[in-house]
Amino acid sequence: MALTGVFYSLMVLAFLAFFVSRFLTLKTVKGDIRRLHSRPVYYGLNSLFLTVFPAVILLIFWSFAQAILIDGKVKQQIPENFITEDAPLNLIMSEVDRLSEGLKQLVDQGTLSAAKIKNEDSELFGIEDKLESAGVFLSSSISPEVLSASRTKFAMEAFGSSIRNWLAILVSVLGFLWSLKNSTAEFRARNHVERITLFLLGTAATLAIFTSLGIVLSMIFEALRFFGMHPWTDFFFGSTWAPSFSAGSELSILPLLWGTLYISFVALLVSVPIGLYSAIYLSEYASKPIRAIAKPLLEILAGIPTIVYGLFALTTFGPLLRYFFGDGGFLGVEWMSDSRSVITAGVVMGMMLIPFVSSLSDDIINAVPQTLRDGSYGLGATQSETVRKVILPAALPGIIGAILLAASRAIGETMIVVLGAGAVAKFAGNPLEALTTITTRIVSQLTGDLEFDSPETLVAFALGLTLFTITLGLNVLALYIVRKYREQYE
Amino acid sequence: MKDQTYLDRESILTPGISKISAKNVNVYYDDVQALKDVSVEIGKNAVTSFIGPSGCGKSTFLRCLNRMNDTIDICKVTGQILLEGEDIYDPKIDPVQLRAKVGMVFQKPNPFPKSVYDNIAYGPKIHGLANTKSDLDEIVEKSLQRAAIWDEVKDRLSSPATGLSGGQQQRICIARAIATSPDILLMDEPCSALDPIATAQVEELIDELRENFCVVIVTHSMQQAARVSQKTAFFHLGSLVEFGDTEKIFTNPNDPRTESYITGRIG
Repeated sequence: MALTGVFYSLMVLAFLAFFVSRFLTLKTVKGDIRRLHSRPVYYGLNSLFLTVFPAVILLIFWSFAQAILIDGKVKQQIPENFITEDAPLNLIMSEVDRLSEGLKQLVDQGTLSAAKIKNEDSELFGIEDKLESAGVFLSSSISPEVLSASRTKFAMEAFGSSIRNWLAILVSVLGFLWSLKNSTAEFRARNHVERITLFLLGTAATLAIFTSLGIVLSMIFEALRFFGMHPWTDFFFGSTWAPSFSAGSELSILPLLWGTLYISFVALLVSVPIGLYSAIYLSEYASKPIRAIAKPLLEILAGIPTIVYGLFALTTFGPLLRYFFGDGGFLGVEWMSDSRSVITAGVVMGMMLIPFVSSLSDDIINAVPQTLRDGSYGLGATQSETVRKVILPAALPGIIGAILLAASRAIGETMIVVLGAGAVAKFAGNPLEALTTITTRIVSQLTGDLEFDSPETLVAFALGLTLFTITLGLNVLALYIVRKYREQYE
Repeated sequence: MKDQTYLDRESILTPGISKISAKNVNVYYDDVQALKDVSVEIGKNAVTSFIGPSGCGKSTFLRCLNRMNDTIDICKVTGQILLEGEDIYDPKIDPVQLRAKVGMVFQKPNPFPKSVYDNIAYGPKIHGLANTKSDLDEIVEKSLQRAAIWDEVKDRLSSPATGLSGGQQQRICIARAIATSPDILLMDEPCSALDPIATAQVEELIDELRENFCVVIVTHSMQQAARVSQKTAFFHLGSLVEFGDTEKIFTNPNDPRTESYITGRIG
């Protein structure tokens, strides 16, 4: 039985479970709903959940365990002398995976029977042609070792999966029958459904947390591999970024960090005043109709994909700057040799951050109690005096939090700097020169078909981890400040 | 409505004594009329209290007197309010200047999240009432003394006003309003967020303030109105029902509605 078959069976069983248990429960009270503890739909749902969830959980865990077990077994089967420098174990294993996948496809198409793969070697001669005609392409000719490993893998998978599938259906049927026992008026179906819902929500939250944990762990492991190959002193305290794939790379984060911080600073210089002033205008001055139009318009900016901003920087804003400051340009100065520069990326990134700063500040300004405004107006203060002397000081911690959040966005931003900042890693002060950032270098180190086994590629993980630490720190600080401020007025 | 105006003339309207005189004031929030044809004369050196059930328009009327209603977009005021003979809704009048002359204290103590000193100095600073630091110090000290809170805060002028107790905060707000040397003090249920002890302190203060200011107080508590005010106005459903000496209102009201409210039958 194939996996799709299992899913259809589960669906049918779930359907049955819902209606049968609803029907049975109603029958016990002769259709008098008031005598039931819960509404009939809850009995149905309880039954449905018990039929589906244990089976699905079994399917998921079995599949994971099976994959790990089979992988280990197949690895053992490959003779040690077969593994060479040119063909390391992981390459062989991926070949095995592809071939066993191909075999499965042939069986599904009916070209080959599963029993034949298991028993008869003779049928498998010339299998390359069969695979090719079935649309499976292999990189090289198939060696007997790989073939036999693939056959083992295929056989074990077929066996394991069929047990798994039948077991899942069995569990589902058992769950169904078990739930029928609860088709009585006294059974607290509503509370049970509530508890199962809670469990589901909890699972979703746990998955989200584990995912982030997994990402961080994988970053840490790869970064540790990097620090095993490259001195950490050079990474953190060196002064040059010069990766070369031959040998003797200098991989220091400092010039990249300089570029990142410089461009982020320019971005904040643009976004903070504009964003803050527009927030003040929208929350304190704008009349209702203007606010109703202006706020969504401003938030459209937040919906533009950053790659579009990057294109804008590359094709419009950069050349425009160059037209003014570049070679033979409008002003007759030669300050800019390339349309990519700190200003290009920084200003465009600032535009991207405007709605971010303004909507956060807007929330914070609106959270300042109306009584403070009244107090100030009541003393004969004008609107701008009230804003300057009462509202902004009261909202300041929150606004600082918003700026820090914007800064962490700026530091982690990728597409705009990839297209607009350039690729020169150095400590330069001229904002019209090209510089590069951490994110840009991660992209360039990982572009292309690469093996993750040299310091030049693994450095990306160390860079990513450092970046993550910086932005996480900023976010935590910002949230701490914002929250502390909010508590003051609640 | 006619009887009521007649009553006003007889019992209150003595020329030269009234500070504020309102004539036929109507207030609308969008289409809802919150005040109907209110006419009243408020005297100098007296505490006038506005009483009435919730939503009767007493706070709305109070907020007309310093044009605080201007800050609400949907609010429209018609009629005439004269402050010492000058129409405060005249286009020539700057509401900002007006509010410096007509101070206001709110229901909930609302000190700014600044130091005690900066709270009091806020008004004088924006209106340029002090030329030097020592002038400002003097204004702050005097205002705090008149608000009967100087002794309690003189040693912590630089600590945040939000850290004081509710009663202290409310007296700080009164001192803040006094600091711009207004002629009139409007108080919108100034004791409703305070405990009985703080209420007693603020009430005592209101009585003292009568010497120098014309005080108008909105209150929910009839006992409070009876304790602190000389004149009382009873509002009901947006109209001014009765206005007169506090003693008379509470002992021998003219209007049956006033009597019902005072004896607790409505409200």
